[in-house]
Amino acid sequence: MKMKFATMAVTAMMAAAPAMADLVFPSLSYRTGPYAAGGIPFADGYADYFTLLNERDGGIGGVPTRLLECETGYNTAKGVECYESTKGEGALVYQPLSTGITYQLIPKVTADGIPLHTMGYGRTSAANGEVFSNVFNYPSNYWDGASGAINYLLESNGGDISGKKIALVYHNSAYGKEPIRTLEELQKKHGYELTLLPVDHPGQEQKSQWLQIRRERPDFVVMWGWGVMNQVAIQEASNIRFPMENFIGVWWSGAEHDVLPAGDKANGYKAVTFHNVGRDFPVFDDIQKYVVDTGKAAGAGDQIGNVLYNRGMYAAMLAAEAAKTAQEMHGTAEITPAMMRDGMEALVIDEAKMTALGMPNFGPSFNVSCENHGGPGLVGMTQWDAANQTWSMISDFKETDGEVIGALVAEDSASYAAENNIEAGCK
Amino acid sequence: MPESLLYGTEVVLNGLMAGVLYALVALGFVLIYKASGIFNYAQGVMALFSAATLVGIMKGQVPFAHLINAALGTEIHHFGWHVPALLAILLTMGVMVLLAWAVQKFVFRHLVNQEPIILFMATIGLAYFLEGFGDLMWGSDIKKMDVGLPQGGSFWIEENTQWLGFGNENFYGFFLDQLDLVATAIAAVLVIALVLFSQYTKQGRAMRAVADDHQAALSVGISLNFIWVMVWSVAGFVALVAGIMWGAKSGVQFSLSLIALKALPVLMLGGFTSIPGAIVGGLIIGVGEKLFEFTVGPLVGGATENWFAYVLALVFLVFRPQGLFGEKIIERV
Repeated sequence: MKMKFATMAVTAMMAAAPAMADLVFPSLSYRTGPYAAGGIPFADGYADYFTLLNERDGGIGGVPTRLLECETGYNTAKGVECYESTKGEGALVYQPLSTGITYQLIPKVTADGIPLHTMGYGRTSAANGEVFSNVFNYPSNYWDGASGAINYLLESNGGDISGKKIALVYHNSAYGKEPIRTLEELQKKHGYELTLLPVDHPGQEQKSQWLQIRRERPDFVVMWGWGVMNQVAIQEASNIRFPMENFIGVWWSGAEHDVLPAGDKANGYKAVTFHNVGRDFPVFDDIQKYVVDTGKAAGAGDQIGNVLYNRGMYAAMLAAEAAKTAQEMHGTAEITPAMMRDGMEALVIDEAKMTALGMPNFGPSFNVSCENHGGPGLVGMTQWDAANQTWSMISDFKETDGEVIGALVAEDSASYAAENNIEAGCK
Repeated sequence: MPESLLYGTEVVLNGLMAGVLYALVALGFVLIYKASGIFNYAQGVMALFSAATLVGIMKGQVPFAHLINAALGTEIHHFGWHVPALLAILLTMGVMVLLAWAVQKFVFRHLVNQEPIILFMATIGLAYFLEGFGDLMWGSDIKKMDVGLPQGGSFWIEENTQWLGFGNENFYGFFLDQLDLVATAIAAVLVIALVLFSQYTKQGRAMRAVADDHQAALSVGISLNFIWVMVWSVAGFVALVAGIMWGAKSGVQFSLSLIALKALPVLMLGGFTSIPGAIVGGLIIGVGEKLFEFTVGPLVGGATENWFAYVLALVFLVFRPQGLFGEKIIERV
């Protein structure tokens, strides 16, 4: 009997041991609901990269990774439930892919000592690491996106857009309102006229907004949309024959499924980005070989190279590189969330590293520091080619208006620090 | 003509067109409510399911491909053929009739004589089931709806109304979306057909008899089962038409199921039991919300349409609780 118990205990320990040693990366995904079309490719890219690391490299630093997927349906309450139910599993970093969930998680992760990475979304002023110790939004944030769009217009108009009319068509939510302050500040600097056109959730009916655009004939339209709002806006723009090359979306309005329903008429539409597009990168060959061809892909394997798949894969790569940095810093392969936070704060991404990872020129080079959790805010521009059904980069990753954005980040983070009695500074 | 009047007219015309699209969704609700007293929460999801089925059939997509591939290790996705739009619409209608039969056999047949709230709850369950079933069957990616309907502003209307500006360079002629014009024509045909069907056919009269009094209809030999399958099939057809029109605008995707939200104020205003009420209600809501957005929207920051539609419906309810064309219910105590 004793022998039997001992055998069972050893077996149980052996079964439990690898699970304890895993590096746990939760994926708060949404594969259902109104935003599933965007959530699925992102979640697939995120999952496939970690599967690649396990299959090709045996994990990170010799420790296998474990993905904990939890369905949020892009619902803030469900997102918080997912966080609460997975944080005890040794979660190293959360990437909720939702600004609403992010806002709810900021105080929670800070109290629990778990890092939160909100790449291109979330609370923009979290770039100030002296206030938001556990929140990171490198390499770019919403305000960089707004500034990147204006910089592109400046560049393509000989450096002068004074007197030009710009309309912002935005999702009438906290997310959609994010760029307004930045665009208003930039308006003071560059002298353009700004018209604000909110679109209520979900955004299926936008006739009023586009009739107003037809009446007022702005020179450019900038869009801050998500979900069905994107497809309808691009269709309505083509209906009123608004020139697509003068229509720029944020990176959440610039995926294949946003433009495909409008067909050929979407040709020339543009979107800002903080990572490259297409599947012409060696890392995708590895994903095909080690993940898709072996039947271990999260999806059907047909999303590789799509904008949001690439973004999910990029997010996973940044998490994995931060984990590697943490392992090197602390001299242990089995890192804790606190060590992961240190790794994220010391993360260095340069072109040599990106090339070695099979992603040459896939994203900008940047360093993270205690003071700057947002990176340099470099932004590029992509354009849709309807005939070939491909997005392509039409500019390099370029600097945004650090002066304006820096001041806004300082102001907003200072008010957050005051509201929450946070003493700003690097510890 | 003053600029504001021209633009106001354009807004009214586009509001009428939007109203027709709302009415198309509301019609499905009315048909089922009229015949069975069930408020069909699943009507929006039926529009999504029918539109996804149509696109799937047209593209020759293998239904449940992901499930089959996961279970059998195969890699099938498409049959390799393309089905013409008209044939695909007919096949989709066949699927909707099957769905109607299944809904009747497996859900409502077992709930005869239950309270309306129980039936309503059953439709909520049906909506969630259909949502997941549709995703499993056709996938949740966004699909392009291409049945050959024209889209974009009509050049002809623009060119032939430009003179109304009397030389005003800021007026480019009226904008009317060709898809909206087609939707209006189809809605008109649909309403006439539905009215003719319910007034002049044996099945239509039986449907009205069931709507008036289930037990009296049963006593004269009308099969409740058959009538309800027929009504759900017709509602499925209306959902398909709404799914095609809305799907052409936004692509076929989950949000298509949310168009039901646009139908609710229309129903409140037009009444739950009147086909003409759904049309008139749709037109009033369409014009009302667009005019409000045009005139008051800029003063309050815009995005007024969603809430204004409900406010407008509520104002009507104060004066006519049964809606404009609804039946006045008098219960003796």
